[in-house]
Amino acid sequence: MLSTEEIMKIDHEIALVPIRKAACIEALKIVQNNRGWISDESIHAIAAHMDMSAEELDSVATFYNLIFRKPVGRNIILLCDSISCYVMGYEKIYEHLQTRLHIKFGETTPDARFTLLPNPCLGTCDHAPALMINDDLYRDLTTDKLDDILKEYK
Amino acid sequence: METPLTQHININRPSLNLKDYVRVGGYQAVHRAITMSPQEITKMVQESDLKGRGGAGFNTGIKWSFVPMNDNAQTKYLVANADEMEPGTFKDRLLLEGNPHQLIEGMIVSAYAIQANISYVFLRWAYKKAARLIRQAINEAYAAGYLGKNILGTGFNLEMHLHTGIGRYMCGEETALLNALEGKRATPRTKPPFPQVSGLFGKPTIVNNVETLCNIPHIVNNGADWFKSLSPGADAGTKLYGVSGKVNKTGLWELPMNTTMRQLIEEHAGGMKNGYKFKGALPGGASTDFLVEEHLDIKMDYKSVAAAGSRLGTGTMIILDDHTCPVGFVHNLEHFFAQESCGWCTPCREGLPWTEKILLSIENGEGRPEDLELLRMHTKFLGPGNTFCALAPGAMEPLQSGLKYFSEDFEKHINEKRCPWR
Repeated sequence: MLSTEEIMKIDHEIALVPIRKAACIEALKIVQNNRGWISDESIHAIAAHMDMSAEELDSVATFYNLIFRKPVGRNIILLCDSISCYVMGYEKIYEHLQTRLHIKFGETTPDARFTLLPNPCLGTCDHAPALMINDDLYRDLTTDKLDDILKEYK
Repeated sequence: METPLTQHININRPSLNLKDYVRVGGYQAVHRAITMSPQEITKMVQESDLKGRGGAGFNTGIKWSFVPMNDNAQTKYLVANADEMEPGTFKDRLLLEGNPHQLIEGMIVSAYAIQANISYVFLRWAYKKAARLIRQAINEAYAAGYLGKNILGTGFNLEMHLHTGIGRYMCGEETALLNALEGKRATPRTKPPFPQVSGLFGKPTIVNNVETLCNIPHIVNNGADWFKSLSPGADAGTKLYGVSGKVNKTGLWELPMNTTMRQLIEEHAGGMKNGYKFKGALPGGASTDFLVEEHLDIKMDYKSVAAAGSRLGTGTMIILDDHTCPVGFVHNLEHFFAQESCGWCTPCREGLPWTEKILLSIENGEGRPEDLELLRMHTKFLGPGNTFCALAPGAMEPLQSGLKYFSEDFEKHINEKRCPWR
């Protein structure tokens, strides 16, 4: 079931496009923003509201890497693993994250504090290596800096 | 030396609000454009020889000229491609965060030239600061009457929306971007019909890169000849060039289009870091062929880089140094491309993961002598003409040139059954 507030926000997006279905990505974003991830139940509820089949909506949801079809932690770490960060040593940052958090790419800490994911180029290659936690960008990373950064996220 | 794109950008202070932007001459191009006919603007842009800064390098005015102009009642769209996701590319971020009104002004003039009434900024998810600034700038432009109904009393209407993406490199391909805007999987479309005729929701649509659109106000204000005079080389205008990798000063500079690789690396980026040697570079993002030492004096314009066997692409260079394994470097690129293949066509969906696996086995010391031939075969089978869009051919560029320039390093991995850099 979608909440009244979710429906209100989704309907606002539907009004902006000529075809109802065209707002389905916005709908996925709205629900994920509210609930943290997109469950099967959410897929069915959104699809019904968008006049789509659940399968069609799921084909869209699973295409985009920032729609989460599995539960995620309270904070999401997106570590850039693309070429400039490779040259500047993102692998050391990844090793350090694994040591500190005891998780690999695609995993969530048991206390649900962090989910760690690889992400293609964050577009800040002159300050590699870089990562994002939630909406925050961190650049010119070193392992020392990383420890301080992680403390900020509970 | 003139730097029209970055003259009002100072990363140490907030970007200009509308009032301050107008004070330094902002939105003058809109006032000027409405005194001209749409066709006159398109002609001017065509004559300026402005080429698409997203990587393809096609003449922007010619691209616009394919939009049907005989039916004014028809909905048409203009989309700013701000989905900067080419690995090693960070130029549009500066324009988006540094001067959002310049982009909006460029979009208004461009929309007027093709008589589009609805426009979108398609912004990648990761650019959070840009999203906030663009949203704010759009609101200011509406309030000042530069967007909305009957702009400056001309009868011209233009809506502008910000669409933030949810990932996937494919969204940068213009027809895939249109599918994403329609709420679909971002797979590419068959061309023809070209988006200029049948684009977003089946209507005529122009998709232009952010840097391309930011040039438009300056061309309209100063003329086509002025734009050409910015660079004495083969291509017109300035370019945002970037350098990343093991240099002393990584960064981004707006320079004439006739700047050489050597000038970029030695003068602007301050040379290689102590103890590191230049081994090669991708001149314009992940999907461009390697250039090596013998190419350092070529000019970074479309023609010269193409003549050297590569592409200017986005103009943001990634340097391969002598402490970085070329096989690992190319593997990282192919890992990216294999992951980002949308799966729509077979050569790309099947060929890229295969390529990635071969490279990984070579890097891990498990490569076989025949693997190099297998990789070369892929560069042909996944090359231009065999796939639906440019993703796989782009992915093959650093591989084919890597095999050419660093063949000894590949062979060493296979012969010694290990990576000499590890």
